[in-house]
Amino acid sequence: MVELGHFALVLAFALSLVQSTIPIVGSQKNDARLMAVAGPVAVAVFTLIAASFLVLTWAYVVSDFSVRNVFENSHSMKPTLYKITGTWGNHEGSMLLWVLILSLFSALVAAFGRNLPATLKTNALAVQGWVASAFLLFILATSNPFTRLVPAPFEGQDLNPILQDIGLAIHPPLLYLGYVGFSVSFSFAVAALIEGRIDAAWARWVRPWTLAAWIFLTGGIAMGSYWAYYELGWGGFWFWDPVENASFMPWLAGTALLHSALVMEKRSALKIWTVLLAIMTFSLSLLGTFLVRSGVLTSVHAFATDPARGVFILVILSLFVGGSFALFAFRAPSLTAGGVFQPISREGSLVLNNLFLTTATATVLIGTLYPLLVEAVSGDKISVGAPFFNLTFGPLMIPLLALVPFGPLLAWKRGDLYAAAQRLAWALGGAILATLVVMIFVDRTMLFAALGIGLAVWLFLGAITDIALRSGFGNTSFSNMRRRFFGLPRSAHGAALAHLGLGVALLGIVATTAFQSEHIVALKPGETTDIAGRNLRFERLVPHQGPNYTEDQAVFTLISGNREIGSVSSAKRLYTARRMPTTEAGILTRGFSQLYVALGDPTPDGGIVVRIWWKPMVTMIWLGPLLMMIGGILSISDRRLRIGAPARRKAVLAPQPAE
Amino acid sequence: MTRKQKRLSVILGALAFLGVATGLTFYALGQRTSFFYMPEDLQTAAVPAGQRIRLGGLVESGTVLRGQGTDVAFSVTDGTDSVKVVYAGILPDLFREEQGVVTEGAFREDGTFVADSVLAKHDENYMPKEVAEGLKAKGVWQEEQ
Repeated sequence: MVELGHFALVLAFALSLVQSTIPIVGSQKNDARLMAVAGPVAVAVFTLIAASFLVLTWAYVVSDFSVRNVFENSHSMKPTLYKITGTWGNHEGSMLLWVLILSLFSALVAAFGRNLPATLKTNALAVQGWVASAFLLFILATSNPFTRLVPAPFEGQDLNPILQDIGLAIHPPLLYLGYVGFSVSFSFAVAALIEGRIDAAWARWVRPWTLAAWIFLTGGIAMGSYWAYYELGWGGFWFWDPVENASFMPWLAGTALLHSALVMEKRSALKIWTVLLAIMTFSLSLLGTFLVRSGVLTSVHAFATDPARGVFILVILSLFVGGSFALFAFRAPSLTAGGVFQPISREGSLVLNNLFLTTATATVLIGTLYPLLVEAVSGDKISVGAPFFNLTFGPLMIPLLALVPFGPLLAWKRGDLYAAAQRLAWALGGAILATLVVMIFVDRTMLFAALGIGLAVWLFLGAITDIALRSGFGNTSFSNMRRRFFGLPRSAHGAALAHLGLGVALLGIVATTAFQSEHIVALKPGETTDIAGRNLRFERLVPHQGPNYTEDQAVFTLISGNREIGSVSSAKRLYTARRMPTTEAGILTRGFSQLYVALGDPTPDGGIVVRIWWKPMVTMIWLGPLLMMIGGILSISDRRLRIGAPARRKAVLAPQPAE
Repeated sequence: MTRKQKRLSVILGALAFLGVATGLTFYALGQRTSFFYMPEDLQTAAVPAGQRIRLGGLVESGTVLRGQGTDVAFSVTDGTDSVKVVYAGILPDLFREEQGVVTEGAFREDGTFVADSVLAKHDENYMPKEVAEGLKAKGVWQEEQ
């Protein structure tokens, strides 16, 4: 049975080679029959990889320990959900998920790309085939998840306890949907370069795919951040860990790509740059895969350290990055330049956005690769952490965020900065007011934090201004405004909501970083400690037996004034199979803020060391990305962006609201 | 301004911006990174008190002392030398004697290492990568299996 999974994977590899070659020969020779191979083969490859993936999942569910991968990462006592998610909680399985999602995107292009020009679609599917072939070969040659063990062991070694969490069910699939989703923009870019022809319609086809990948990646990163926050027990939400950076870089580049594709679609300018960004974004995804999967980094994500794998992925990385950049260098000069524009214009502001975002990507890239470089050159081991990124990434983000509200208010081609500033005057007033309120009522010493909150409010009000003006605020009656509000294109709502989400996330980050209170104290049952103006009473320690672990739960009561307002329990857990302890943080949400309790070691006098945080506005850090995702979904559901919509619109000319 | 002049000024502006970003990056790389040392390295490398470094090794057995409340003292060793570390806070779950740790902080004037973070991030063998490599190079620790 398990061998069927292996065979399906080998067959998928063979068909991927077909997908990589036959269609592109067809498009070169202009042979429609050969080109028609691409679609069905892409669907077949997806079906085969999905079958292979299901076989592995099945081996996990029934705890077939004769499969080495299952033996090393599962245990018969593990809850079923974690048996399923354990499929991708290891190197081999996660690579299989990677190609599964890649082939899913190919199949989706094949299924929904009916209105694409035939050659573009064919070539793009062929490029998808190259990537799939490379990674399938990688799996078959170095990371086969279907290797058997003889004789089969009776019990598995269990999954790393940190991964035994609902987070593993959501975070990697979302992240990969984002990461790998950028392969579609990449394939379209390479396909366009092969043809040597590119126009505004290209941007319209690519944007929904980029947007979909971006939505998933946003969700994946935010989910990963929340998971690390509650699971690791350190109370942090972002560590500038190289692996986090590996997913953050494609996000930054992908965000830039979304914005430049907008210029290309509307004004047919920035063509060459957009194609380059599409290539860079997926290159960064590949780089991320290399960093995480090669074991060159120390991280909870680095499952295995087999040098052969690292070298293999490095070869794939250099082939694709080098190849696509060479093709770009060769073809780019033949692409014609598009519309011209003044520096102060919508295009100008989007160029500025791209300048900031790509520079920020570069600083993150340098900070991530520098330690590897230094070690390779001099052998010294150094670490580049938060202090570096705060000094480089921070200063780049502040002006970018300050400029965000201006962009949507400037007209295409030539904008009026003065008029935009006038319209934003009230938002600036609100931001200054917020800064003053924080300075006066919260903390006088924290000027930067107050300014940060002012900046968040500025983003917030800027997004509202954008939507209000588009609805005709000040020019028309309220009922008319309401009608226009609902008649606005969904992408306008989406963009405003995403920018609003940025403000929300910033507010959460600044408030938590600057105003959280932390308290480490040794407590005995019945004792009370104070945290951020409230009291926390340690009630008792209760032993508890889980399916594959034992734990001591400490129960706390939060008291405000004389009223008990909530109970929270935190635990030290011991996973019996691996004898590995974990900290299960206790979290109590009050409004947007959270109380976070992590247990330490027992003290000699019968107490226990407890680390307590009060984290004001902390949930906004993840609500912001959620708003961005909703904004993205609104945008993608916009009729104008719907895949194939351009062709259909020729037939039915629906009245479009003015922008 | 003519179109050419305008374009030139935009390009110059972008270059100036990139220059500032590059400068900041190199400044930060020089100032805001910390080196990793094992106890034996500290015999040869002169690390002034107050400079942030990362110190890695094994937790020497029998040296873990819990003081009042949250204070902990322990020694980090690489088999050749050992360094006394003090730390106030909660030790990570995987902190135990004879296991690898990476501590980050700075030396006090009296030669005690004051850590503000203790990491026991680990791979499958409960060993931080830097520590494992350092110990392997010294022949103190071999890979299991």
